[in-house]
Amino acid sequence: MTAHQQPPRGTAPARTYPDRWERYSPRERAVHWLWLGGIALAAAWSVSALDIEWAFFADAHEQAVDLVERMWPPRWSYLPRIVQPLIETLHIATLGTMIAVVFALPVAFLAARNTTWNQGTWLIGRAMLVLSRSINTVIWGLVFVAIFGPGPVAGICAVAARSVGFIAKLVAEAIEEVDAGQVEAVESTGATTLQVYGVAILPQILPVLIGTTIYRWDINVRESSVLGFVGAGGIGLLLYASINQFAWSQALVILIAILGIVIVSEVLSAYVRSRIV
Amino acid sequence: MTAATAARPERWRPPSLFGSPGRRLAFWALVCAYLIWSLSTLNVDTARILAGLPRAWTILERMVPPDFSRWQLLLTGMVESIQIAIAATIVGAVLSVPLGIAAAANLSPRPLYLAARGFIVVGRTFHEVIIAIFFVKLFGFGPVAGLLTLAFSSAIFLGKMLAEDIENMKPGPVEAIRATGASFGQTFFYAVVPQVLVKTLGVLIYRLDSNLRHSTVIGIVGAGGIGQTLSASFTRYDFDFASAILLTIAAMVAFGEWFSDWARRRLR
Repeated sequence: MTAHQQPPRGTAPARTYPDRWERYSPRERAVHWLWLGGIALAAAWSVSALDIEWAFFADAHEQAVDLVERMWPPRWSYLPRIVQPLIETLHIATLGTMIAVVFALPVAFLAARNTTWNQGTWLIGRAMLVLSRSINTVIWGLVFVAIFGPGPVAGICAVAARSVGFIAKLVAEAIEEVDAGQVEAVESTGATTLQVYGVAILPQILPVLIGTTIYRWDINVRESSVLGFVGAGGIGLLLYASINQFAWSQALVILIAILGIVIVSEVLSAYVRSRIV
Repeated sequence: MTAATAARPERWRPPSLFGSPGRRLAFWALVCAYLIWSLSTLNVDTARILAGLPRAWTILERMVPPDFSRWQLLLTGMVESIQIAIAATIVGAVLSVPLGIAAAANLSPRPLYLAARGFIVVGRTFHEVIIAIFFVKLFGFGPVAGLLTLAFSSAIFLGKMLAEDIENMKPGPVEAIRATGASFGQTFFYAVVPQVLVKTLGVLIYRLDSNLRHSTVIGIVGAGGIGQTLSASFTRYDFDFASAILLTIAAMVAFGEWFSDWARRRLR
């Protein structure tokens, strides 16, 4: 008696095979069409309810040509005026990130399951992460301009407020994945909690902390280029003013400058992170 | 003998995080120098900030019972933001396919590849709010500008991710399908799509989530959505309504992130 028995001879095969090869079975195809139909419905609902003014589409190409004509050539003589605001933009990003790191470390320890004290403190830590992360930098800018008045200080606070959650979330994940053996070894010497954090955990999460911080810094350079729109300092202030005065050739110079600093900071950040990791 | 025992330190100190004391000193000196330089050039108005602190308290006090009485206005803005996000993700996804193919080094000819990559680099640099200004100029105030802004930046983001996935796929299936005499379209649908589909769907869900976040800001420059309402409430010192909007945005974004994490985990 063998497990694999020959099928009885002479009978017709149980299944008929199609003549033509098809990639999906009819059932799979039905599911695909259902998905596509759902997506089409979502698209139709969202577009129809937006009450689009199609008349605006009619002259959009003329507007675009008009815009390009007004922009070109860029007014290079404006360049010396924007050097100081560009430096201010970089300062907002850098100082905001520095403040964020200082606050992010304790929040990360609070929001990591293995270093927080109890369920209550863990929830507080998580709530701080969610609140900080779910409000955009520009909206934080609105809030801090209302508090401190317009200027770079509001921008720095806005960048810091958004970055705390970003850095703390990734660092908290790193803390949860820390090698428990090293922590136990340091604990068994009778070290205090702070000593355990400093000697056993901090060196293990340091690469993540530095990498995340530098990555966030380069995002922040991009974010701080628009903080001026809500009055929170930096180059965005001049860009907004130029656009409101229809000084498009000036706006183009500013855009080229923003392109320059964002690309340089991205390359720098990628280089430093590749050296660390 | 005595010299050796004296050389041993009294207390154990953990090794420095910086490698050597000199590097630690250099690091902190650099940080201090930067702080002095930046704070002196920023000309921070200390008096203004000190004056702001008590005001911060009154603003917080006025924010504290969030005012949900104008919930209809809030709901309209939120729904508009969500609609912008969904429509922009779909339009962006459709546009990203040709862009992604053009930007994949193994599928597209060299000049097209370079042009597509250059477009992606330049497009990614500008913040959504800056792009929104231009679409507001071209299409007037309203949600259309917001929709096109987010569709544009989604197309660039999704196109970049798609191009990277296509470049990292296994060449075997492509060669096998090509060897049967398949056309470019057939090769794409039978060899490329199955390899990149799951990852692309994950990226798409992620982008829907981040479009939801961005759709709350672009209203600040008049591109529709809840941002317009929020910005107006701040300029009118309607702080209790502003805090209601902020809480709603936070709740919606948190839900969006949870949904995106859940959906992407299910995909794997």
